[in-house]
Amino acid sequence: MFTTTKLFLLVTVFGTLSAFNTYAISADAIHYNFGEPASANDLKDFVSPLPDGRGLPAGSGTIAHGKQIYEEKCASCHGQKLEGGLGDRLIGGRGTLVNDDPKKAPIKTVESYWPYATTLFDYIKRAMPFYSPGSLTNDEVYSLAGYILSQGNIIKNNDPITSENLAKILMPNRDGFIPDHRPEHFKPADKNPQLR
Amino acid sequence: MTIFEPDHDHDTKSKLKIASLVEAEEAFLAKARISANSVYFSPNVGSAGSAKGIEHLQRPQGRRHFLASVAALAGSGVAGMALAQTTPPSPENKAPAGAVWRPVPEDATKTQGVAIGEDGGYGTRSQFETEVRWRFTTKTPFSSWSMTPLEHGVGIITPSGLHFERDHGGIATIDPATHKLFVHGMVKQPKKFSMSDVKRFPSISRIHFIECSGNGLTEWSKPTLKTVQGTHGLVSTSEWTGVPLSIILNEVGVRTGAKWLLVEGGDASVMTRSIPLEKAMKDCFLAYGQNGEAIRPEQGYPLRLIVPGYEGNTHIKWVRRIELADMPFMTREETSKYTDLLPNGKAVQFSMIMEAKSVITRPSGEMVLPGRGFYEITGMAWSGRGRIKRVDVSTDGGRTWKPAQLQDPILPVCQTRFRYPWVWNGKEAILQSRCVDETGYVQPTLGQLIDIRGLNGPIGSVYHLNAIQSWKVDTEGRVSNVHYY
Repeated sequence: MFTTTKLFLLVTVFGTLSAFNTYAISADAIHYNFGEPASANDLKDFVSPLPDGRGLPAGSGTIAHGKQIYEEKCASCHGQKLEGGLGDRLIGGRGTLVNDDPKKAPIKTVESYWPYATTLFDYIKRAMPFYSPGSLTNDEVYSLAGYILSQGNIIKNNDPITSENLAKILMPNRDGFIPDHRPEHFKPADKNPQLR
Repeated sequence: MTIFEPDHDHDTKSKLKIASLVEAEEAFLAKARISANSVYFSPNVGSAGSAKGIEHLQRPQGRRHFLASVAALAGSGVAGMALAQTTPPSPENKAPAGAVWRPVPEDATKTQGVAIGEDGGYGTRSQFETEVRWRFTTKTPFSSWSMTPLEHGVGIITPSGLHFERDHGGIATIDPATHKLFVHGMVKQPKKFSMSDVKRFPSISRIHFIECSGNGLTEWSKPTLKTVQGTHGLVSTSEWTGVPLSIILNEVGVRTGAKWLLVEGGDASVMTRSIPLEKAMKDCFLAYGQNGEAIRPEQGYPLRLIVPGYEGNTHIKWVRRIELADMPFMTREETSKYTDLLPNGKAVQFSMIMEAKSVITRPSGEMVLPGRGFYEITGMAWSGRGRIKRVDVSTDGGRTWKPAQLQDPILPVCQTRFRYPWVWNGKEAILQSRCVDETGYVQPTLGQLIDIRGLNGPIGSVYHLNAIQSWKVDTEGRVSNVHYY
């Protein structure tokens, strides 16, 4: 615990340091002891899995159940064949990412583009269905993820989708991402600009 | 309206999106062209324009018509102002959004004005000011965006009510009395904070721009939208006030090995992004203030993360939770959405810094220069890497460049206003601005960007288009969006 004198000294030092810096924020070593400890119960409803599967809530689902939920709650926006509509297209598009044709759009779907299966669980769980977000149970979300992955030919068998095996599913575009390499180095501008 | 021919073998959604945006802008322009106060006011100029129309435009009409006002000064002056006083503010005789309609006396010096306090204690803008954000006409209004009318802006601050929006699940309505911020994960003591706890911490205020990395996505392969609001309206600047994230993280104690933090919004999309811990400790803050008052609901009331210089999507609104981890969470937004797909099939990930960019806001697309003579070319420049060092302006399509004046204050990660005096000689001109930031980065031409990023589809690699913008002035003074490089 801090004494009043120590706190005063730290506040003085911090104030002086900040005066020299107009952009970056100086590290602040003071504990103010505001707020309260968050209990496990406070945090139990939050879900945010990591790509290696840590943080996935316990549960499992089946592709058959996923099909049933999909037709009931998802097809109106994402299409009977997962072809998209009001919501994103979910399957297809493999082979379209390599493309330098301004007239043809690459097709970015769960099947062709998404690098991690855990993202599918995470997104459905937090934000879907669009008009009643957060209404699906964990088992329902595992089922839906399984159905979408099976329709995209990413999983071939009918095994249950669980918190244990979801992160192990290898997504087709797993190696499709590269780190930010900017700032880019540009060639000299064209000396003879023209209307394009 | 079809901008790009539908191709049934490929996903047409992005093409339809562009068509929707063009329609939204057209609907806006149709109203603006007949509004005397709009910078786009042009009653007698048809879509094709005509010499007769231009001649008519040389007579003063709008009170605040930026370009026509030049003619008013040069020509009939006082007569023009008298004309404006008797012009109704809008054809419907109805106040625009954010204003209250009041009858206009013949002479305001001959009668008492509106009583003090009649506004209930919170002011409104003038009933003669009509600029608004316009929305991308998605099928659902809950996941959409609205754009800032940059062409009307003066100075560097965006009025809070005109700050652009991007919402993925509507605008959350949150009572600050019950709102909680949870901080947990790789920390020594998980904690929860009420809004009054958050406001007890030492605070900072910073003037920063926020730009959506999708700003300009329609403009990769051909000039598509017509106005600067359409081509550049997903950038705005506010003064933000809040508590440094480093203070909050110190309060919970970051555990060794933590490298990233997930910031989560409390809206219907439960928006999440992973932020590098190093960035969080350097300059991020949780803002509860915007331009001297509480942050607006559509900007994340009661609490929004500010990540200076990073793409707008990382500035999570309605923040309710922060979780620390040893790796990024790979959420939907940072894998399937805000990544830059290159022609070789690889996508750049965590490309979060907004590179230096500038644009001329006046004159800009769809305005009409009423005649030869003096115009002040003005616009904005900004960089996610620091301060703007220099802005050059070209009136000949980039063959020659002259330095523009920069208006103080020139702040890091903030829009900087530039000005350049210009006398139009009545000949065709291509107006461009090019900025340099304090790291020496020079704003590229669109051709240079495309050389690196390619054009994989009508909207290219979608994000981070920061190319030099070209506005063509034709011999009749009409300004249009062109690609010139």
